[in-house]
Amino acid sequence: MVPTEIRDAIIDILADIAPDEDLSNLNDDQSFRDQMELDSMDFLDIVMELRKRYRVQVPEEDYVNLESMASTVSYLTPKMVAVA
Amino acid sequence: MPQFPKPEDLPDDQRVVITGLGLTSPNGNSLAEFRDSLLNGRSGIQDYEIRYFGKTVAGICDFDVKRHQSRRDARRGTRAGSVGIYCAREAVANSGLDWDNVDTSRVGIYVGITEHGNVETESEIYEISKFEYDTSVWTHHHNPRTVANNPAGEIALNMSITGPHYTIGAACAAGNAGLIQGLQMLRLKECDLAIAGGVSESIHTFGIFAGFNSQGALASHEDPTKASRPFDVNRNGIVVAEGGCLYTLERLSDAKARSAKIIGEIVGYAMNTDATDFVLPNPKRQSQCIQMALDRACINADDIDIVSTHATGTGMGDVLECEAVRKVFGECNNTFINNTKSFIGHTMGAAGAIELAGNLAAFEDNTVHPSINVDELDPECAMDGLVINEARELDRVDYIFNNSFGMLGINSAVVIKKM
Repeated sequence: MVPTEIRDAIIDILADIAPDEDLSNLNDDQSFRDQMELDSMDFLDIVMELRKRYRVQVPEEDYVNLESMASTVSYLTPKMVAVA
Repeated sequence: MPQFPKPEDLPDDQRVVITGLGLTSPNGNSLAEFRDSLLNGRSGIQDYEIRYFGKTVAGICDFDVKRHQSRRDARRGTRAGSVGIYCAREAVANSGLDWDNVDTSRVGIYVGITEHGNVETESEIYEISKFEYDTSVWTHHHNPRTVANNPAGEIALNMSITGPHYTIGAACAAGNAGLIQGLQMLRLKECDLAIAGGVSESIHTFGIFAGFNSQGALASHEDPTKASRPFDVNRNGIVVAEGGCLYTLERLSDAKARSAKIIGEIVGYAMNTDATDFVLPNPKRQSQCIQMALDRACINADDIDIVSTHATGTGMGDVLECEAVRKVFGECNNTFINNTKSFIGHTMGAAGAIELAGNLAAFEDNTVHPSINVDELDPECAMDGLVINEARELDRVDYIFNNSFGMLGINSAVVIKKM
């Protein structure tokens, strides 16, 4: 996957986790929490969905990388380069 | 047997009244819709299919989840939680309480359940089966969804209620048990408003269908609306249904102080136990339970206008309940008997609460809704006063009696008096 595909994948996951949110105007450089109602259980959902959908493991010490869309895509790019 | 004071002699702060109710039933999402269905023979049973088990019939609710809950919270929570939230919010609206000015630390939530957690556990096992049973994909939502207080706790979260909340596990007597618990907590001054009744999400677990089927107690019929047929000679089991009904209960003193509309007073109640069998009811203990509720209300059997039976449509269960009902009400000439499961199936933990609600409307319209689908009455279920297939109008309705029984021999009954 290339970064734009990874971004689309994250948007799909967020749409499932936070179905009441409008994601069309998401600012990639701003933290998710500043733009959406997300709590720790929601972040665990993101980790879980990455594991289930793409077999990507995000260890707990790396959760800080999921702060914004930009940081998430940057963190996941090397991990998901081999994902079809 | 203790001597109970007459309910009308109790001080107003020991008398508990129903001031509102909210419900979702397979044939109605408000009391008005539900009552209309009961008076017009409208069943809520439809064809249904559930994974592993396959095709069957069930009572399915179509209330609008989004009316009181965000899609995010509905996804995170359970079906029982969504049912509970809908019923609690509708009950409060129906009560006329000024909710914004209610001290929610003095609100108690007492929700009867038959079971909880089966749906969520089955769903997760199904989910991880797609991953070769890798438990690392087991959801972190599992525990908050399956703790036994979940349905009550979701109501508390949704409505910012900080008083006590818990569920009462009482098999299929749970709806009445929730009401009784609410009444007792009001008398003990543990809360000033009780949100009490029962909920069920049971149609979403294949296990309940498979279990009843293995027991030879799951109903089937080519026409789903005919599948639930208590007292009929061709009944062949239970139709599983989902639903919920929660009441707002208040002390009479509080209800009077705010000039609340009072639907009825809980003047009698009882719970006891068969202690004889896991499944098979014991009519001797059931009739004792019924008599105890009358004793607490300080009334005689022939004071009761309507008896709402628990009968589920199983061969033995219906016969044994009829035996218990006959023992207490057999000599009553003006007591009429009906059954609600014939319309909606067995709403499990909600059954006692929902079935009572459908009958409470008789305080207003003086009509006994019938038990439907009795094409040929089983002689062993014949009872004087049984209202079959056609509603019956009475001159007045002052007392309604509600039976609700469950597995492991749990029996419950409540008596409601018109105010």
